[in-house]
Amino acid sequence: MFKTVSELVERAERENKKIAEIMIEQEIQMSGKSKEQIMDNMAKAYRVMEKAVQRGTTEDIQSHSGLTGGDARKLQRYIQQGHVLSGTHVLEAVSKAMATNEVNAAMGTICATPTAGAAGIVPGCLFAVAEKLQPSFEERLHFLFTAGAIGYVIANNAFIAGATGGCQAETGSATAMAAAAIVEMAGGTPTQSAHALAIALQNLLGLVCDPVAGLVEVPCVKRNAIGAAIAMVAADMALAGIKFIIPADEVIEAMYRIGKTMPHTLKETALGGLAATPTGKALESRIFGTELVKA
Amino acid sequence: MKYRSVFDIIGPIMIGPSSSHTAGAARIGRVARRIFGRKPDRATITLYGSFAKTYKGHGTDIAIVGGLLDLDTFDEGIVRSLEMAKEQGIQVTIQASEEDVDHPNTAKIELSGDQHHLEIVGTSIGGGSIEIISINGFNLRLSGHHPALLVLHEDKYGMIAQVANVLSKFKLNIGHMEVARKSKGSEALMVIETDQPIGEQVLAEIGEIPSILTVTKVEL
Repeated sequence: MFKTVSELVERAERENKKIAEIMIEQEIQMSGKSKEQIMDNMAKAYRVMEKAVQRGTTEDIQSHSGLTGGDARKLQRYIQQGHVLSGTHVLEAVSKAMATNEVNAAMGTICATPTAGAAGIVPGCLFAVAEKLQPSFEERLHFLFTAGAIGYVIANNAFIAGATGGCQAETGSATAMAAAAIVEMAGGTPTQSAHALAIALQNLLGLVCDPVAGLVEVPCVKRNAIGAAIAMVAADMALAGIKFIIPADEVIEAMYRIGKTMPHTLKETALGGLAATPTGKALESRIFGTELVKA
Repeated sequence: MKYRSVFDIIGPIMIGPSSSHTAGAARIGRVARRIFGRKPDRATITLYGSFAKTYKGHGTDIAIVGGLLDLDTFDEGIVRSLEMAKEQGIQVTIQASEEDVDHPNTAKIELSGDQHHLEIVGTSIGGGSIEIISINGFNLRLSGHHPALLVLHEDKYGMIAQVANVLSKFKLNIGHMEVARKSKGSEALMVIETDQPIGEQVLAEIGEIPSILTVTKVEL
């Protein structure tokens, strides 16, 4: 059983396997289920992600609060005009990430990856990269197992919830998961996946969780967007052979320590950061009729 | 290791918007329903910490009630669970508490009906994973991820051995076990998580052991 990124990478490289395969083997061992059952379960999750991306990029999605919706489609139209500056595939990942999160905010059906608040990044990157690389269905599922393996390490050594570790634990974890999985789908080595993970996560260290009105909408949808962009760029950097000097496990540990020392006002309490701005507070009053109970 | 499966990370499949405030909340409600074992007449839900502050926007109340109706995290019925509860004649009370709690996402659920009463406290620990931390005043830890047996018994010697004998006979392996009691010699609660599904015959045989008060199975 792996507990750290280094154990995971070492085993994958030694046995000449993908990170995804190691995760599948461990799941078989832990759950007692057959490989077929486990692949079926992941296929179900994949279908849910696919549908959420589809809905968010084509339907008129609006959340109950009215704070979010429609931005994924806006970006789709912009991409189609053909004057993209930062790269079509990066913006496809961004649009698809927002699509998922807009569906989430509107109480639609999504798959948490690793949480609902950060559910856009992994599928956003998966479907954008899949358009480019045209992987098989099995390889698409492998993307999710690789992402899952990284999330598994982060969740067990640090945290994945904004309430416990700030947004670095949510979008940070999701971005790290996606970056490692993109590398693997693109044919990179497990070591390169670990570098992509470290590069992605180090860029989100310290990110606070400050949802306006306490809702998983603002700033979450756009943090999913930029998280997807960071994951894509971090993956490209690692595939180019760029390394990060601090090992992935130590970056995860740093994330944990930062989250531990972060004041509670910045951990999903809606008491600090953007939630505490005049506009944030005005929106809170508008949505709930009054400011939330402060404790 | 709090998270044991890749599907704790890639998953759950759920109704948005928050895995901890919506999906985790639904799971706490569903565990309560499974332990209660029947449709309650009344449900009083008390929300603490972040649950208390943001439940309206996250649908935490709706999700817990959905769980009490035995709905899964991805059941679209969750969105209209309050109406469904009313249709089924369940009287629901939701209250927010400012009392300090250890975990920011904590809910207490009190269920009653058919001369039964249950009080459970659960926390939503992130990504849709939960822990039940108290049942009828017994402090424990139950994840809801694995089949579990809850055995209420008199606090006396030999009880664990007798229960373990039955599990051994049915080739059930114990993954996690806890024994909690309120005071020495009073009632005690055994919580046993198993690796394999628990059959009805197991419950019946454990129920026949003298000094066992009740046996309940929790499988989600």
